[in-house]
Amino acid sequence: MATKTQSPRDAQLQPVPSAEDEAGQAYFDKIIAEDSRIEPADWMPAGYRKTLTRQISQHAHSEIIGMQPEANFITRAPSLKRKAILMAKVQDEAGHGLYLYSAAETLGTPRDELFDQLLSGKAKYSSIFNYPALTWADMGAIGWLVDGAAIVNQVPLCRASYGPYGRAMVRVCKEESFHQRQGFEILLELASGTPAQKQMAQDAVNRFYAPALMMFGPNDDESPNSQQSMRWNIKRFSNDELRQRFVGMIQEQVRVLGLTLPDDEIRFNEETGKWEYGELDWNEFYEVLKGRGPCNAQRMERRREAHENGAWVREAAAAYAAKKAQKAQVA
Amino acid sequence: MSGESATRITPGNALRPEDVAERVAGGVQVGEDVGEYALRLGDDALILAQRLGWWISRAPELEEDVALGNIALDLLGHARSFLTYAGSAWGKTEDDLAYWRGESEFRSCFLVEQPNGDFGKTIARQLVFSIFQHELYSRLVDSADETIAAISAKALKEVDYHRDHAIQWTIRLGDGTEESKRRIQAGLESVWPYVAELFQDDELIERLGGVAAHPSEMRAPFDALMAQVLDEAGLELPDVQPAMTGGRGGKHSEHLGYILAEMQVIAREHPGATW
Ligand SMILES: [Fe+2]
Ligand SMILES: [Fe+2]
Ligand SMILES: [Fe+2]
Repeated sequence: MATKTQSPRDAQLQPVPSAEDEAGQAYFDKIIAEDSRIEPADWMPAGYRKTLTRQISQHAHSEIIGMQPEANFITRAPSLKRKAILMAKVQDEAGHGLYLYSAAETLGTPRDELFDQLLSGKAKYSSIFNYPALTWADMGAIGWLVDGAAIVNQVPLCRASYGPYGRAMVRVCKEESFHQRQGFEILLELASGTPAQKQMAQDAVNRFYAPALMMFGPNDDESPNSQQSMRWNIKRFSNDELRQRFVGMIQEQVRVLGLTLPDDEIRFNEETGKWEYGELDWNEFYEVLKGRGPCNAQRMERRREAHENGAWVREAAAAYAAKKAQKAQVA
Repeated sequence: MSGESATRITPGNALRPEDVAERVAGGVQVGEDVGEYALRLGDDALILAQRLGWWISRAPELEEDVALGNIALDLLGHARSFLTYAGSAWGKTEDDLAYWRGESEFRSCFLVEQPNGDFGKTIARQLVFSIFQHELYSRLVDSADETIAAISAKALKEVDYHRDHAIQWTIRLGDGTEESKRRIQAGLESVWPYVAELFQDDELIERLGGVAAHPSEMRAPFDALMAQVLDEAGLELPDVQPAMTGGRGGKHSEHLGYILAEMQVIAREHPGATW
């Protein structure tokens, strides 16, 4: 493979660091070394800004798209109490999307632009939401495994070096633990219910187990960007470390449910002090990532449809606000 | 007051569905007339919550996913309280009533059964219903039935917000763009045939005396506020005839069957199961 040579044009685009940049970089390095926080007005490397904008907006998109599989069951929830809890949960996810878009905006990209990236397919969201929610038990499996994996991923993000992100994650994590608990309760109720209910619960766990494990991202040796994120104190643990921690956690909890995980290779390795599990189908992961999951098209279509159907409402709100501002000026 | 029970729950003290269930479990039981009345209150709230729940993940902006979700959740809370209380008349739970009654056993009004339509129609339905419900609960706070009074006291604070939400949107849409004005006006025209049903007195209301609020007495304040809102929004009061309705007597619009089919399907696949 030929090494990439720098064209004169590229060279032109390479900014010459100014004195201000050098002072900024020094301050940034110091903050990172001290493990304290970067705030929106602080100088930060372009790569740091870009990485964070991508990560936070992807997270926001995931919250929004993630509403869909569960929202599908709001109208069908089999008891009024469950309906109320599910409604509150899905509504929380919209709130998470809002906090996260606000955090991303502090890095300089407006929410509308981030939203357009989602709608155009340029931006990604978590692949887990491209799997279908087929039965009521899936509400349990999603809460327990998907929100559960999100918590394991997100608790360390509460200490992320970028202030607005860390603070948003603190609020989000508080609610995520309620989400996980309600999922666990749904499964517990089903697992101790009728044979049909118990079977429904086991089937849901079987389907969501592997996709939930893949939420932590590719194996460490396939995840080159992770290293940089860890040096910047955005990421605190590697994908595999988090995944192992999660496997250990659910392996304990699944016993309480009286269900099993669809992987008989799970074991605790006394020597390494780590949980081990069977090989995951990464081929499937990349297929879904590329847009060929069962629900990619459906999820995007639904989001675009809501956005397009709401255009006249947003226009009206903007027009009304403009009229009001004008009146206030005249007065 | 000496005649008052020591356990009287005064307005301001929240009465959640769980509290009502506890009272019912503790032996509080209502007569069939009060039960029937509580069914009306509960069914209106339940069916509207069911309708609004559809919007979560489909609203025009994220803030509205949250707002409509909030309103749906409040209404579902009212429904659960009223249905739990109603059920005590027949030894039934909220879920027995929500999932195992057929269409003709529901007591909801036509208005709440109306399809969501576009956001304009949903807001028009919200405007009508929240103004009505605000008048209703403002009166039921003084109901001779302590439980109905207590549930209404909590609900009233929430409906105050629902009404404000609907009014603000009506004004924004009415005074926004040409298109939004046309759509909210069309929404109002479309729900208006079902306004009259909300304000009809009947024998049950008469028999209940101080327990119930007289629907007919709420029409004038409803009209007054509605006129004020429409005027500010630059919208016309619809000139539409009332439709023949009969929700309170179990005669429903065509829509209710579909609503129940969706709402009840999973519960009915598993008779006797708990969730
Ligand atoms: Fe999340
Ligand atoms: Fe979330
Ligand atoms: Fe969540």
